[in-house]
Amino acid sequence: MTTTTAVSTGVAVRLENVSRRFGDLQALDGLDLDMSPGELVALLGPSGCGKTTALRILAGLEDADSGRILVGGKDIANVPVNRRDMGMVFQAYSLFPHLTAVENVEFGLRLRRQSAAARRRRARDMLDLVGIGTHADHYPQQLSGGQQQRVALARALAIQPQVLLLDEPLSALDAKVRIQLRDEIRRIQLEVGTTTLFVTHDQEEALALADRVGVMRAGRLEQIGSPEDIYRSPATGFVAEFVGLSNRFAGHVKDGGVEVLDTRLPLMNPGAVSSGPATALVRPESVEVTADPAGAGRVVAVSFLGPLSRVTVTLPDDTLVVAQVSSARLADLPPGTAVRVTLLPVPVVVSAA
Amino acid sequence: MSRRRDLLGVVPFLVFVGIFLIIPTLVVAIGAFLDDQNRVTLDNVTALADGYIVQAFVRSIVLSAVTAVLGAVIGALLGYALVTARPDSVVRRVVTSACGVLAQFGGVTLAFAFMATIGLSGFVTLFLRDSLGIDIFAGGVWLYDLPGLVLVYTYFQIPLMVIVFLPALDGIRPQWREATESLGGSTWHYWRRVAGPLLAPAFIGSTLLLFANAFSAYATAAALVSQGSPIVPLQIRSALTSEVLLGRENLGKAMALGMVVVVAVVMALYATLQRRTSRWLD
Amino acid sequence: MAGLVRRRARRQRVLRWVIVTVLSIVFLLPLVALLEFTTRGPGGTLTWDTWRELFDFQQLSETYPVLWTGMKASFWLVLLSVALTLVLLVPTVVWVRLRLPRLRRLVEFVCLLPLTIPAIVLVVGLAPVYAWVVYFVGGSSLTLTFAYTILALPFAYRAIDTGLSAIDVRTLAEAARSLGAGWATVMWRVVLPNIRSAVLSAAFLTVALVLGEFTIASLLNRDNVQVAINQLGKSSATISFAVSLAALVLAFVLLFLLSFAGGKRRRSRRERTTS
Repeated sequence: MTTTTAVSTGVAVRLENVSRRFGDLQALDGLDLDMSPGELVALLGPSGCGKTTALRILAGLEDADSGRILVGGKDIANVPVNRRDMGMVFQAYSLFPHLTAVENVEFGLRLRRQSAAARRRRARDMLDLVGIGTHADHYPQQLSGGQQQRVALARALAIQPQVLLLDEPLSALDAKVRIQLRDEIRRIQLEVGTTTLFVTHDQEEALALADRVGVMRAGRLEQIGSPEDIYRSPATGFVAEFVGLSNRFAGHVKDGGVEVLDTRLPLMNPGAVSSGPATALVRPESVEVTADPAGAGRVVAVSFLGPLSRVTVTLPDDTLVVAQVSSARLADLPPGTAVRVTLLPVPVVVSAA
Repeated sequence: MSRRRDLLGVVPFLVFVGIFLIIPTLVVAIGAFLDDQNRVTLDNVTALADGYIVQAFVRSIVLSAVTAVLGAVIGALLGYALVTARPDSVVRRVVTSACGVLAQFGGVTLAFAFMATIGLSGFVTLFLRDSLGIDIFAGGVWLYDLPGLVLVYTYFQIPLMVIVFLPALDGIRPQWREATESLGGSTWHYWRRVAGPLLAPAFIGSTLLLFANAFSAYATAAALVSQGSPIVPLQIRSALTSEVLLGRENLGKAMALGMVVVVAVVMALYATLQRRTSRWLD
Repeated sequence: MAGLVRRRARRQRVLRWVIVTVLSIVFLLPLVALLEFTTRGPGGTLTWDTWRELFDFQQLSETYPVLWTGMKASFWLVLLSVALTLVLLVPTVVWVRLRLPRLRRLVEFVCLLPLTIPAIVLVVGLAPVYAWVVYFVGGSSLTLTFAYTILALPFAYRAIDTGLSAIDVRTLAEAARSLGAGWATVMWRVVLPNIRSAVLSAAFLTVALVLGEFTIASLLNRDNVQVAINQLGKSSATISFAVSLAALVLAFVLLFLLSFAGGKRRRSRRERTTS
């Protein structure tokens, strides 16, 4: 890296019991969130869950009805948005169309009355950092969506913000660009060390990028933890279903386990259902399929996804089951193959049937 | 071969506009350089330098410029107030429809409306005289002259500004304001560095369009002005209708050509600015 | 706790309402004055006689024959101009999009040209053309249809062009053709239903324009409602003020209805892009 970014140490951010109502909609309902200095937290949830409201309240673009917002230990309720010193990247179209890429990046520095030479140097460095230095003199409409978002990121970082706020910055981009830029955002964030809040509805993005993922539902955090925690030990059925693909099996809870397809699986959330019928949520990687002429299942579709692939199987009761298999095995599992379906004995989440 | 047949599809249209648009335009353009015996002459065009015609052009231009600037400033303000309402709200529908009518289809009605308002026995005139003892015509009846035209023209320029400026205002994205603020900018910075520069071409372009609109207007002035022909369109009327200007039949065409030249220049500038605006604000 | 953001939003809302209210009053005043003038009875009383008179067509035609002639002429001019504008413009614009894309710039230029040529200028050039019109079809006021179609071109063209831009005419036409439709069927059953609201816009704008047109009718010595009220304005101000207000209100109602047609189109386009 040729850049000479001053690594800011990052600052702690704390939302305490924050609520906000829009008319009939309780967008935030006593949200608590703690972010350590330099941490990247992703807020994940379906639309309307309050994640964007949380980010905008932190930015100062919305008011909270109640609760406290602390940045570096100081309550910032009465600090207007333009004094909060937070870099923000929007979903799309936030670049000023009458300014070139480098002028966009300089914008915040100009407001801070930096000398022309200093801000130009800093802007160029930032554009290099986000890998778009060669397009410095292009206007936004001459840049692709992914390039525009890189410039927007450079613009937000140029002012050395206390906190970086990313509001679904990748959602308007193509799948390929999205993955590429996602990885770069992580690299850059680690490099500059700014405390970062990332809002998204894409679980894959959140899991790939964040130090911690907070899954939101109806204005509250349903669960917050490392991506691995969230994926492997979802605290509730909602989290299990929202994060990662899950198969839903009808099962029966008894003695702290659940019986599904003649297999007894341990429970991840024993409190949810004490006994009786329940739905068990099983990850595709915990489902095994084996070609077997006597098997009850039948392959109906195969999707090749690189080294690993997904096979969809129907069972006699019309349940659809998705299993993850090594792509090397696809040759044995063309659609129509009769298969046997078994489950690995890993803990699963259950919810009331 | 099929290409040639395809062309037949546009023949009726082209013939029609040829007869009723292109020929009249050529009649004006060529007639300006012909005398009564259809001989080529520059007399009509040089007659444009006559004192009273130059004065009419100057008055027309001043009237158009003043009302364009007034209309642009007030109209932009109203447009800004409107644009913050939802695009399908009733307020916005009512105001834009009203603007459409007043800006483009008023004509004689507007002249009447102002006579009824501040004419000699108008609503406001009587109210001011009887209730407050103010005589707005103490210095002479100005409604039927140039000052009256300024007032009535401004009245239809403001709505036109709203109509032509609204799309540009709609193109301003809320993210730009939010981005400015999150980067540390105040409201002043936002207007000075973002919204101002972005809207400037559209604003200037719209002002030019307003100028062309006022410069071309005829009906309101014809219904309002009772004496003389202070502005070019009224001069053209008298050239068309009066018998006095015998032997100067084509003078009207020369004046008309003069108008077209002014309007064409202004509209070309407008189109250029419009292109810049649509690149930024679409 | 009123936060910073909401306090500012409230300030802006107040400012917005002040601007809208003040300007509404200023703009309504002349129209209210017009209404007041037409309802002003003897000795400062309120009377609706003028308006009753206006809607009693029998009596109106006897008392004000000039006005009646003008109103009739305007009525027919509205119908004829809308018909001619649509018949001339819609097939041409669609055809150019489908088969002659290279002519699109030209057609657009021609259609927008009347914006650059003031009506007062057009009338100067139209005078000799109308001498020929009189020679071929007579001197009826209804011949103004030709001139009004020209005046309506820019408005109608923009409306139809916007409507066509919202749909993919080419693909629609190709699909219909591949299913065996002829060009007439394509036009009538495929394209037209999809640009209905645009055609409606064009028609309404033309109506409003014809209702308010004065310049050409007056200078070509033809009759229409605006010419009539201008003539009557001196002798019977009350009735002519009433007619002019009625015409303006009619135009407003048309444009207001139009705003719904346009809104529907915009909304459906937005849905398409977000899905």
